[in-house]
Amino acid sequence: MLRIDNISKTFNPGTVNEKMVLSGLSLHLRPGDFASIIGSNGAGKSTLLNAIAGSFIVDSGSIALDGRDITFDPDHRRSVVIGRLFQDPLRGTAPSMTIEENLALAYLRSSEGTAPFSRIRKKDKDFFAEKLKLLGMGLEDRMRQPVGLLSGGQRQALTLLMATLVTPKLLLLDEHTAALDPATAEKVLELTRSIVADHHITCLMVTHNMKQALELGNRTLMMAGGQIVLDVSGEERAGMTVDDLLRRFRAGTGRDLDNDRILLSD
Amino acid sequence: MGSILLISQTALELGFQYALVAMALFLSYRILDIADLTTDGCFVLGAAVSVTVTAAGHPVLAIPAAMAAGACAGFVTAFLQTRMGVPSILAGIVTNTGLYTVNLMAMGWKSSASLMKKDTLFTLSKGLLAGTPLAPFWEQWHELILSAAATILAGVLLYLFLGTRLGLSIRATGDNRDMVRASSVNPTFTITVGLCVANALTGLSGAVVGQYQRTVDMGSGTGIVVIGLACLIIGETVVGRRGMGRGVIAVMVGSVIYRFIYAIVFYTKVVPVDCLKLLTAAVVALAIAAPTIKAGAGLQKRKLAAGRKGGR
Repeated sequence: MLRIDNISKTFNPGTVNEKMVLSGLSLHLRPGDFASIIGSNGAGKSTLLNAIAGSFIVDSGSIALDGRDITFDPDHRRSVVIGRLFQDPLRGTAPSMTIEENLALAYLRSSEGTAPFSRIRKKDKDFFAEKLKLLGMGLEDRMRQPVGLLSGGQRQALTLLMATLVTPKLLLLDEHTAALDPATAEKVLELTRSIVADHHITCLMVTHNMKQALELGNRTLMMAGGQIVLDVSGEERAGMTVDDLLRRFRAGTGRDLDNDRILLSD
Repeated sequence: MGSILLISQTALELGFQYALVAMALFLSYRILDIADLTTDGCFVLGAAVSVTVTAAGHPVLAIPAAMAAGACAGFVTAFLQTRMGVPSILAGIVTNTGLYTVNLMAMGWKSSASLMKKDTLFTLSKGLLAGTPLAPFWEQWHELILSAAATILAGVLLYLFLGTRLGLSIRATGDNRDMVRASSVNPTFTITVGLCVANALTGLSGAVVGQYQRTVDMGSGTGIVVIGLACLIIGETVVGRRGMGRGVIAVMVGSVIYRFIYAIVFYTKVVPVDCLKLLTAAVVALAIAAPTIKAGAGLQKRKLAAGRKGGR
């Protein structure tokens, strides 16, 4: 589904702040893969997601999604088939617009070619309300309220719904529950799990929760120095503990996993 | 008594005509969050095109021509800031400066132009109800009715436009640009459309004012962006800020109120009329600075309180 070949990216080239954040990284996700990424601070986890989403164009290498080369596509074109959630729950929604209007915008991804002057119809609203009900937060009764009035958890759940309203080929999650309180984080994670499973969405999730990285999905990736240093799945992963994972990381990179926010257990 | 009626009538007429500039700023400043300094030159452009085309005998054609000219000016500003990386305020200033020459050109390389005895939309429509019982009423009020109709129609169309998918995308661009990109919409496109529509409205305002005054000169647009902002702020204070419909109504209310204030100052001379621009600028600066001033005052109060406690 996603095929990344040998991509590199250097920030601030030719200055004292030059930093190679991705160095010859390759990754292949099969359709329906749900992979979580863990790694040290500055390992390039978020940069990898940014590269895939098109926040910048990589210096070298290629990225293909579902057989189509998207290496040079701008971000807004990639977002037709790539959904994305950030750690900051405020980044995914427009605060002064209503829930309904936010969903209508997200729904634009479905309707490439529908007239720009068309309006939100009753049918669309019913569809949105039905989807909102699945979140179990009562948002379906508040569709005409500005999103700015919602809590962080509600906004993140709404963003998740918006990102998957039109089933994306790839869903990118960048520590999307890290800024939420534990109960809300659990709820959003549960929603993520069910939506991804229901629609068989290929998913790439950055997390700092080691246990989550082993329990969620079917693959665990570890990044260091702009590369993927560990990629476990299947039976090997099924029997793994957090300690095993840390040991493998040390064996692979020659140093300890260093992340000031890492959660070794919950 | 008669003169008060006449003054009110003029204030209402000008209020509705200039409300279109405030409406343009509602779109560019309030919705897109871009301070569009093209406005001053664009207003003169609209008026110049309108007067020149009207002088050539096409008062009806003058209106779409002026709007198209305004949209072109908006496009240049949008192009500079979205494609060429010119900071948005500077893009407006650059376009505005270039427009000076364009406006001279549109007036036949003179610094002003007037219509003499040529027909305008206002003179043409004056005799519309001749022979009917409504004729005297129409003849007295047709300029106000026409101005109000143009502005209200533009307002309704803008309101409807903002409810379309394209309109929603433009609104979201000013609200959260990341989210717009994530919804497969190119912010470059939405900013361009938004600024074109806004400047078409400014051009329309110039076009109506030009035909109404029967004259245009290079200085007629000076400071109009600040006056438009004043109208927007006055209107929002009176009508409120929630919702697009309220915003569109607010600019009309604000603009009419501003013109009444202007008329009162003009006739009572409580302050010299020449001071009005300084006054307007101060009001706009204060209104926009209000949240910062409020926050600063709150902090000072806490500091004083803390100091008093520490002193004891």
